[in-house]
Amino acid sequence: MARDACGTLGELKLIFEHEGTNTNYVPMDMALNDRLPSPFNRKNLPLPDVSEVDVVRHFTLLSQRNYSVDTVFYPLGSCTMKYNPKINESASRLEGFAAIHPLQPAETCQGALQLMYELERDLCEITGMDAVTLQPAAGAHGELTALMIARAHFHGKRKKIILPDSAHGTNPASAAICGFEVVNIPSNEKGCVDLPALEKAMDETVAVFMLTNPNTVGIMEENMPEIVRIVHGKGGLIYCDGANMNAMLGITRPGDQGFDLMHLNLHKTFSIPHGGGGPGSGPVCVKAHLEKYLPLPRVVKKGDEYSLDYSKPDSIGRVRSFHANFGVLVKAYAYIKALGPGLKKVAEAAVLNANYMLASLRGSYPVPHDRLCAHEFVLSGDARASEGVHTTDIAKRLLDYGYHAPTIYFPLIVHEALMIEPTETEGKETLDGFIAVMRKIAGEPAELVKGAPYTTPVGRLDGVAAARKPNLRWNREA
Amino acid sequence: MMKFTKEHEWINVEGDIGTVGITDYAQKQLGDIVSVELPKVGAKVKQFGRLALVDSMKASSDVYASVSGEVVAVNDGLSQNPQWVNESAEEKGWFAKIKLENQGELGNLMDKLAYDEFVKGIKH
Repeated sequence: MARDACGTLGELKLIFEHEGTNTNYVPMDMALNDRLPSPFNRKNLPLPDVSEVDVVRHFTLLSQRNYSVDTVFYPLGSCTMKYNPKINESASRLEGFAAIHPLQPAETCQGALQLMYELERDLCEITGMDAVTLQPAAGAHGELTALMIARAHFHGKRKKIILPDSAHGTNPASAAICGFEVVNIPSNEKGCVDLPALEKAMDETVAVFMLTNPNTVGIMEENMPEIVRIVHGKGGLIYCDGANMNAMLGITRPGDQGFDLMHLNLHKTFSIPHGGGGPGSGPVCVKAHLEKYLPLPRVVKKGDEYSLDYSKPDSIGRVRSFHANFGVLVKAYAYIKALGPGLKKVAEAAVLNANYMLASLRGSYPVPHDRLCAHEFVLSGDARASEGVHTTDIAKRLLDYGYHAPTIYFPLIVHEALMIEPTETEGKETLDGFIAVMRKIAGEPAELVKGAPYTTPVGRLDGVAAARKPNLRWNREA
Repeated sequence: MMKFTKEHEWINVEGDIGTVGITDYAQKQLGDIVSVELPKVGAKVKQFGRLALVDSMKASSDVYASVSGEVVAVNDGLSQNPQWVNESAEEKGWFAKIKLENQGELGNLMDKLAYDEFVKGIKH
């Protein structure tokens, strides 16, 4: 039920609903209609007929309702919502980067090519891989690109992909889109790969074992050498879903752990604003034996000269127009160069923050896989199920205290999952504030929690009705 | 006679036709179901292979075929009324009817007693 609970904010109208509400404006003295050539002068464009001040207020008010990392703590597990330094934005808006055209000759944009070349080298160093493509537009696109590389490597002969049941949903989706058959294997009691199950599923028809490390319950796989032995023993490739790279920066490298290829989410690990559609960036990093399949063009350096190389016959071809989300690459580059060896401290602080929160919340919420965690951890919101309090209620109640909710109901292997990732950019005071609220909610009356939120511009929305009968578009006729 | 899978599907066999759906336990775990993607009539399915897809407010889940065979009918109303699965998972919320290829496969399934024990053994 919508209601006015936020003082001056109140209930927002759609932009179309402002039509005719502010007619007291002074019209411009420019007869635009007379100046436009008639083919471009359409009479019945269905645009909202509103005054400029209404447009500005409408969008300014909308922006004030935004939850963002610039305004609140945002512990959305698996998403690495760290603070994004503003210098990244300045760097990406430098004229030499922002105003170049993707088709201009290589000799006129040497700086941009140099940045891409050096970013690739830095990502190799960070991941322990040998070569990188920066083309994929975000994480899932990176997964798909990596699987296309695997398909090329096996000449389409191996048809299966193995996934643990804790995998991100994008993994089976990418595999299916790429034409593979998906085989799920269960996780063991610790939340890690069940080695006998992997051994049983692995044979010469399996192209790739896709693994997230640390995995989605926030735990580092402890049997990597054995996993690598099993998969490589049957000639398969091991892929690392790099969504959780923030836990490993400068400490351990997927390339050293035995992975053959992986994707990174630059927008997560390397401090780029994301959510709500990006733009993101999902580079794929590979070992030397897979380099020849990387998408084209490749940025190459001869002497001091950078150029684009289209001459790799085994390449899977282009996966993205032009040179990917280039502005995002500039931001990642700025972040990596600003921190340098300090990247190791990022992972250390991210892991420390997560373990501090886990230790502080252990007494208030069940912890199904209770071990030293990596950069995130998973609680269960199941403790008060008999009173009808579920994870979704806890998440809604957090909104009342001004926090973005954690990831809920993922991973699927944890009942009523609440997945919390604080990141390294939050101080102890912020963590303590969130911990205190989580403890408080655990003790609040069931009816109070089930009715949340109370302080947001709109209260509990009917998510079921919205999903069953979505109403996504305003109609003038309606 | 109803039989059950470890993935929480049920099958009710009459002659060589088995009506299939997901169990009441499964719908409770999934919560409010918001859409169901059914197979096409005529589709060939394999035992424990993919049959349908259910989306709930919590997750998107595959539904597997309890037996191998040909889909001879689907519950047409379900696409427009996914709430039937929540209201009546083991009757009105049926998914499809499969013409059994091999009656012997029913031996791979649990009876009601065994399934209830199986569900009791699942810890949260």
